[in-house]
Amino acid sequence: MSRKPILHYFNGRGRMECIRWLLAAAGVEFEEKLIEKPEDLNKLKNDGSLLFQQVPMVEIDGMNLVQTRAILNYIATKYNLYGKDIKERALIDMYSEGVADLGEMIMLLPLCPAAEKDAKVTLIREKTTNRFLPAFENALKSHGQDYLVGNKLSRADIHLVELLYYVEELDPSLLANFPLLKALKARVSNLPAVKKFLQPGSQRKPPTDEKQIEEARKIFKF
Amino acid sequence: MAAKPKLWYFRGRGRMESIRWLLAAAGVEFEEEVLETREQYEKLQKDGRLLFGQVPLVEIDGMELTQTRAILSSLATKDNLHGKDPKETVRIDMYAEGTLDLMMMVALAAFKPPEEKEESLALVLKKAKTQHFPVFEKILKDHGEDFLVGNKFSWADIQLLEAILMVEELDASVLSDFPLLKEFKTRISNIPTIKKFLKPGSQRKPPPDSHYVEVVRNVLQF
Repeated sequence: MSRKPILHYFNGRGRMECIRWLLAAAGVEFEEKLIEKPEDLNKLKNDGSLLFQQVPMVEIDGMNLVQTRAILNYIATKYNLYGKDIKERALIDMYSEGVADLGEMIMLLPLCPAAEKDAKVTLIREKTTNRFLPAFENALKSHGQDYLVGNKLSRADIHLVELLYYVEELDPSLLANFPLLKALKARVSNLPAVKKFLQPGSQRKPPTDEKQIEEARKIFKF
Repeated sequence: MAAKPKLWYFRGRGRMESIRWLLAAAGVEFEEEVLETREQYEKLQKDGRLLFGQVPLVEIDGMELTQTRAILSSLATKDNLHGKDPKETVRIDMYAEGTLDLMMMVALAAFKPPEEKEESLALVLKKAKTQHFPVFEKILKDHGEDFLVGNKFSWADIQLLEAILMVEELDASVLSDFPLLKEFKTRISNIPTIKKFLKPGSQRKPPPDSHYVEVVRNVLQF
């Protein structure tokens, strides 16, 4: 019997949360080894288990995987969430990268200096409303199917729904004019594995707060 | 007979250069449409050819691909440069992501004010020498093979060569402590398709200069 994947990261969303979502949605149980002090990170570095001295790192199938995208690609392939052929994969990748672009802006927002925050939020709102959400809404509209690609759940849907939760946290009214996205969010949220992950007590991490950032700054020295 | 892939981008490296390298190394001839004006860009957007309103855009096999990594991944797979199984693929992805990070830092530095630009490039050199190159030197040392993964030429090798040459443009002595990388550089540069791409007059683009920065700022309006 193979071991559960082990996720190495600090106790927050950061660059690991999309990996947690993907594993959870795929129904894969995983363990977490939380990095809580600088010594924890140093130990990992000294053990030689971090290829570029960085986390996220995921122990899976006898490998120590790093680089968020490499990890996501591997998991998506392993659990059949990556389309049925190269064309579907390309489409899934395009959507996933778009989600990652907007997700990155939202993720970095708590780290933004107070003086720049308002401008950043305005930019995020603008891009959400004019660039990203319309693209996904139109994709769903163009084929009228339940999922973004190939009429089947893929990583693109999971990444997008995760993002929609963050957009909602920022401002629920941002989703107002996107009925198909709201429907996708509801549909994916009701899948048993996702429903379970959305419940309190799961391994899903809460929004990033000041305390978490302080801890992360101490551990990662930035 | 399939049409040649067509690349839409500025006349410069930016986010398209790794794609040019990959196509060239795979021996795939490609055409380029050069973006020089805001009007051209807006037309692409209005025609609905840019999923998220952005370039790079690659027209290939009847698809309009955007998002750099989606394009790279698709091309690598199509040209048998992405490993023979998921374990090889994930290693290639990890190495490629590492080098892409480094090269993106160089690309973005061009757009910073002079002092910040110098700092950024100094950081690139530091990361290359302490975080990236030692890793690849060790990989080559540990297996003693000619290529990074699976004893076979892959996308990871192309990316690493591109990154080495880019960092050498910042400091020609950067490989002085990495004998295996020096040999690797020579070996990969001598692959016929790559040798051809490295010659003057090829579609390889020069480092960013002030004119390039001006054109990009003008077209993308930032």
